[in-house]
Amino acid sequence: MSVARLRALLAALLWAPATLLAAEAGHPLDRAPIEPRDLVSLQAGARTFVNYCLNCHGAQYMRYNRLTDLGLSEAQIRDNLMFAADKVGETMKVAMSVKDGKAWFGVPPPDLSVIARSRGADWLYTYLRTFHRDDKTASGWNNKVFPNVAMPHALWTLQREQAAVQYDRTVRDLVNFLVYLGEPAALQRKSIGIVVLFVLGVLFVLAYAMKKAFWKDIR
Amino acid sequence: MASRLMALWEWFDARMPSVAEEWRKHASEYYAPKNFNFWYYFGVLSMLVLAIQIVSGIFLTMNYKPDAGLAFGSVEFIMRDVPGGWIIRYIHSTGGSAFFVVVYLHMFRALLYGSHREPRELIWIFGVLIYLTLMAEAFLGYLLPWGQMSYWGAQVIVNLFAVVPYIGPDLALWIRGDYVVSDATLNRFFALHVIALPLVLLGLVVAHILALHDVGSNNPDGVEIKKHKDARGRPLDGIPFHPYYTVKDTVGAVVFLAIFCVVMFFTPEVGGYFLEHNNFIPADPLKTPDHIAPLWYFTPYYSILRAVPPLFNSQFPGVLAMGIAVLILFFLPWLDRSPVKSIRYRGAYYKIALALFVAAFLVLGYLGIEKTTVWGQFAAAEGSLMDRMLDTKDRATWVARVCTVLYFAFFILMPWYTARDKVKPVPDRVTM
Repeated sequence: MSVARLRALLAALLWAPATLLAAEAGHPLDRAPIEPRDLVSLQAGARTFVNYCLNCHGAQYMRYNRLTDLGLSEAQIRDNLMFAADKVGETMKVAMSVKDGKAWFGVPPPDLSVIARSRGADWLYTYLRTFHRDDKTASGWNNKVFPNVAMPHALWTLQREQAAVQYDRTVRDLVNFLVYLGEPAALQRKSIGIVVLFVLGVLFVLAYAMKKAFWKDIR
Repeated sequence: MASRLMALWEWFDARMPSVAEEWRKHASEYYAPKNFNFWYYFGVLSMLVLAIQIVSGIFLTMNYKPDAGLAFGSVEFIMRDVPGGWIIRYIHSTGGSAFFVVVYLHMFRALLYGSHREPRELIWIFGVLIYLTLMAEAFLGYLLPWGQMSYWGAQVIVNLFAVVPYIGPDLALWIRGDYVVSDATLNRFFALHVIALPLVLLGLVVAHILALHDVGSNNPDGVEIKKHKDARGRPLDGIPFHPYYTVKDTVGAVVFLAIFCVVMFFTPEVGGYFLEHNNFIPADPLKTPDHIAPLWYFTPYYSILRAVPPLFNSQFPGVLAMGIAVLILFFLPWLDRSPVKSIRYRGAYYKIALALFVAAFLVLGYLGIEKTTVWGQFAAAEGSLMDRMLDTKDRATWVARVCTVLYFAFFILMPWYTARDKVKPVPDRVTM
């Protein structure tokens, strides 16, 4: 076995789940350059999300007021991001019914609350950037990552108006937001984790000293 | 204050002396060999994980809804709206996998040092029963998040019972409570997962430990410390479990918890191994995912199931092989004919057999996660001899078949190779 093949095998063993995600359609996935701590990017992504996604897709497990995580006040959320709800404590439901969705698109548009957790950021980032015209489909659009997808290119006006670099950035921000949406506690999780590990580190030193003291005459 | 507490304890002890008696019997005067090494942490760690799972499970139950229409959403509710809910959920999901990590290492320890051998066969049997119960507990619990993998994983496993000759279809129907996995299935799995099997597990763990404390612990040298006692009847190579091993196991527990916390706080999905990506899609009875894989701890057996070819169009041989692969563990104490227990004094045959067994188990585990096409297909021209000989050209399936044979050969040939192995002399006393 050549070194290259051995390396490929090792890579396959180590990254098996990642390749599992990518293998579905065969189209190579671009790495999403997302930055989960970039609040400006997350806010931009939230704006794109409520303007372009939330008309057909819901995020029924996410409450609007949770977006205070992104450095927004409840008044800012109410004024800029709430088009489909009355109270800031409501979840991001969609006005379109499942039945209508099914009639209009063939399949009801999936809820996006945890879409980043099932698809992965790279898939979403590539998917939203690989729509192209196709006269053979009902919507007139097709996609390289998800062939014959029922969804039309919802961001096509943005892609038309923006330069390629700018559009990539818009999608990057949107995917960044979708990743946040999938697990709003993720950032908090890591900072709590560091504190917990520090406490365990102190505990280890104490426990180890105690063990040494008790075991000093066992041989 | 201290004297008041002492007085209270004396009052208590006078009325219920069995508490102090049991403490002496199982801790302060339970003599364990002084030469326990790294491998001896995993028993106590298994108990720690059991406690973690029970406590985190109780808190999850307070917010989870065992209802096909609400289950998926209630898990997201726990993750987002319940204060600290995501910590509890990740403790439980990480704990599920951690349980199998520590139990597999604990079982491997037995294979290393012969802890299943006479006079500890009963301990081993209780242990295998714990393992079986744990597998059932994990399978039942995996349905509860009601994602696509929960649903279709349960569908596949319950359908395994349907291939049993004659009674199969009725058996599967009885387990499901419906013709497909449904709300009825979710409700009964919930009941079994949160109360029935945990009770069985606790009972078996008590039996496992009582049986252990009756005969005493084995050790890395595989010699009996009770053979050499001092004037007061205490084993010369034994030390009281408390405080020696309580303080030592505390260190092990802290290290284990640190690794546990790295996983749950920084990478709780572990790349799809601990929490599968497809399980974040709500269960859809009308849409079969194109790739159904169980969680990593079941994949060696899943591989065996897939590797065994069907007979007369029935999958029963595969199911039977999978069942036997687990049940054969019960016979291990009697399959091993070696005059020595520990790998330290065994010969090359057992060492090679054990290495092959571990390698086969790991390869089977890896292949069970992947599609059978993961390593491509053998090139064989249409109509050629090879084309007609092979029922499948998937390379991975053939590797899985070889590993399945190795898995069973480890057990079936054990009486032969352990009896003929060239063993080294065993010391009289333990070595440090």
